[in-house]
Amino acid sequence: MRNWQFFLAALAVGIGAYAAARLIGNDYIYFAGYVVLQFVVLATAWNILGGYCGYVNFGSAAFFAIGAYTTVALHKFPQFSSRYLPEVVNSVVATLFPLPMPVLIVVGGAIAGLVGFGMGYLTLRLRGVFFAIATLALAVVLQTLIVNWDYVGGSRGAYVIRPAATPYFGINYIEYLFLIMLLLSIVAITVARSIERSQLGYGFATIRDDELAAEATGVPTLRLKLIATTLSGAFMGMAGAPFPFYIGYLEPSSAFGLAYAVNAIAMPMIGGTTSWVGPLLGAILLGGLQQIASVTISSAVSLLIVGLLLVFFVIIAPNGIIGLWHKYFPSKDPDVVERERSAEAT
Amino acid sequence: MTPLLQVENLSKRFGGFVALDGINLEVAQGERLGLIGPNGSGKSTLVNCLCGTLHNETGDVHFDGRPINGLQAHQRTHLGMARSFQLPRPFHTLTVAENLRVPLLYTVNTRPGAALSEGQIEARCRELLGLVSLEHKARKMPRDLTQVEMRKLELARAMAADPKLLIADESMAGLSQSEVKDIVALLIRLNERGITIILIEHIMSAVMSFSQRLVVLVSGRKIADGNPGDVIRDPEVERAYLGQ
Amino acid sequence: MEFPVELFINALIAGLLLGGFYAAVTVGISISFGILDIVNIAHPAFIILGSYIAYIVNQRLGIDPILTAIIVLPVFYALGSAVYQVYYLSFEKRGQEALRGLAFFFGLLFVTEVMLILVFGVDYRYVQAGYIEQTLRFGFFDLPLRMLIPFVISILLLGGLQLFLSKTFTGRAIMAVAQDQLALSLMAADPIRIKRIAFAISIATAAIAGALLIIIQPVEPSVGREYIGRVFAICVLGGMGSLPGTVIAALLLGVVESITSTFYGPSWAPAVAFGFLLLTLAVRPAGLLGR
Repeated sequence: MRNWQFFLAALAVGIGAYAAARLIGNDYIYFAGYVVLQFVVLATAWNILGGYCGYVNFGSAAFFAIGAYTTVALHKFPQFSSRYLPEVVNSVVATLFPLPMPVLIVVGGAIAGLVGFGMGYLTLRLRGVFFAIATLALAVVLQTLIVNWDYVGGSRGAYVIRPAATPYFGINYIEYLFLIMLLLSIVAITVARSIERSQLGYGFATIRDDELAAEATGVPTLRLKLIATTLSGAFMGMAGAPFPFYIGYLEPSSAFGLAYAVNAIAMPMIGGTTSWVGPLLGAILLGGLQQIASVTISSAVSLLIVGLLLVFFVIIAPNGIIGLWHKYFPSKDPDVVERERSAEAT
Repeated sequence: MTPLLQVENLSKRFGGFVALDGINLEVAQGERLGLIGPNGSGKSTLVNCLCGTLHNETGDVHFDGRPINGLQAHQRTHLGMARSFQLPRPFHTLTVAENLRVPLLYTVNTRPGAALSEGQIEARCRELLGLVSLEHKARKMPRDLTQVEMRKLELARAMAADPKLLIADESMAGLSQSEVKDIVALLIRLNERGITIILIEHIMSAVMSFSQRLVVLVSGRKIADGNPGDVIRDPEVERAYLGQ
Repeated sequence: MEFPVELFINALIAGLLLGGFYAAVTVGISISFGILDIVNIAHPAFIILGSYIAYIVNQRLGIDPILTAIIVLPVFYALGSAVYQVYYLSFEKRGQEALRGLAFFFGLLFVTEVMLILVFGVDYRYVQAGYIEQTLRFGFFDLPLRMLIPFVISILLLGGLQLFLSKTFTGRAIMAVAQDQLALSLMAADPIRIKRIAFAISIATAAIAGALLIIIQPVEPSVGREYIGRVFAICVLGGMGSLPGTVIAALLLGVVESITSTFYGPSWAPAVAFGFLLLTLAVRPAGLLGR
């Protein structure tokens, strides 16, 4: 199936999901659905660098927060400009702002992508472990910077009031956010799938399998790793951009929360890192599980469950749910059987 | 004509240990060079430095007339240098045939005027697999290959990059006599097509039947360089290497 | 403007004392990552665990945290041994260290932090001990005992470990196993057992580091994550497995952090560690072929 065909098919599924949600009629489905879809984007983004290239990013929360705080910064810009900038500039600002959500997403994604590129440039020439450690440290440092930056509220946080309705079709705002995230997820998995089957995907796989041999066969490993890091960071930033509107009040501990760090890793690894299906599966299953657990038990316990599942799967079922599926329901295609049997034994 | 490869005063240390000490080497276009030496003499280190996998501290390397000192490994491969690894390093999540696609996509296709179509890539893969008698294993995974088959894949992958210079690092360990003869014949055929080849081997029959020139490395230093017949009769070589 | 000499010198001293403590925190990583090449990013979690154990015992029984640490050393040693077994069987043996090993340790780090949150909540906890409030004064030098005593214990700990690694058979076997497993097994020492012992020792040091941590500052579950950047920065700058190198690098980081904190405010401290990390990575590039 070609890429544009897949995109249309996924879009159709998405529309179906939206229609089902409308039928249910309870706004809560949009709130919960938004969170799950957000994780689909995060997990898919993580997997581009982690699953395809083999470079682990522990600082997903940092990129997510970049997207969120870019939105906050832009949201506060009109106030800032009316107070400090010349009237000429301010009138331009007044007509352009408030920026529509798609623009915020693009800007948030661009900045997060840039940060991903910068960090990659500094650390990707070294062993994979140093990149992983650097991403951990990045999250802490970025949080420190944000906490010290009063313009976006610092440690006190920032309020972003959600508009009551959107200019489109009179749907309420939470529905609008849900649709945006739905579209973003469809774009994310289409991009991930198209990478898998492309020359870029082969390059990524060689980096994961044996970077030294990849270089020797002519693969420009640094360039490809930078592409992966930038793309991954950008999508995470895009996932974070609408978040302040969703949550209404953004403060550093929620933006940099534990939930993002562990879920971005656990979802692809539990779902299966070898293809775009894994992160999608992991996000829907684990995301749904956490929504249920948060309501019935507590959100801390639901996070604990995710962490335990991660450790469990990494030890027992390293190829995730996809791997287990292929083990117990082997495909008839000899190539796939071959590949799965080989992956299982590694 | 300028030599294809010119190495001047190349040295490499690992901490206090001197692996290579002032190596000087020239390889002419179209030559068949044999490189021998005891284990630990620095042969693989030399290969790694030439190909850019390791960085040498001193020395100038010129390939095809250009200085390549700062270039990364993949850039040197694009220029026409290919190598096989002593311990095979296949891409284990790709099939045998897909392993060959990588150099075709990432090296051959990047050269000006190349642009192989999908059909051409597949044909080339089949051709290469045929050269090393691995066609029947095209869709297998590397871990299903025998040691010998993995070495052949390693060689095929290096050949897939369509190199000007092919460095074969101990590709024949574990092969039977007839298989060794086949590989030597294959390499000579490639050489007749114009590929310069450096063969690093311990199997003396292969080295002698293949090489037009022989270089001997001992403890990081070149101790002999010349006609194979003369070199193996050199008393210093006998003492350092063959006498062991 | 007159340079505040007194402030500077006190910041320097505080930095040195802090650095000594950082060495105790890092030595576990120097062993597991520097010598054994196991990326145990869960190490800070074990340290925080040690802090909380010291806290409970101190609260219930009033026992000094350092004493508690010494008592629970064997427990941490056993824990480290068990963790290594799981790591070895699941990852090292199968040659899968890279991605999955990292994910495993991250999972451990995460689960520990969440469990501590569930049991203790996110409030800061601290210990009571006679010396914590006291400060020795020499002229205008301040030596707070809550920093001085951890410093002394750290130096003793590192000194003891260095002696162990250089003078005892097991210690030297540990240093050897990093370089040549085959040679070691030919000497009739089981490399796996040696590595397990080394890893267990690294976790045991976390017990002590944890006790020292809660003496120096109040702890809450997420404090561990702040230390990851510091610990790896110190380990790399200190030359990976070298204990004396670890001490020097730790002192350096402690001083830089302390001076930054004094003159620019404490909220910038984590950024200093990150800067250090980036600097060390840039200056000592490990390259694809390893160290």
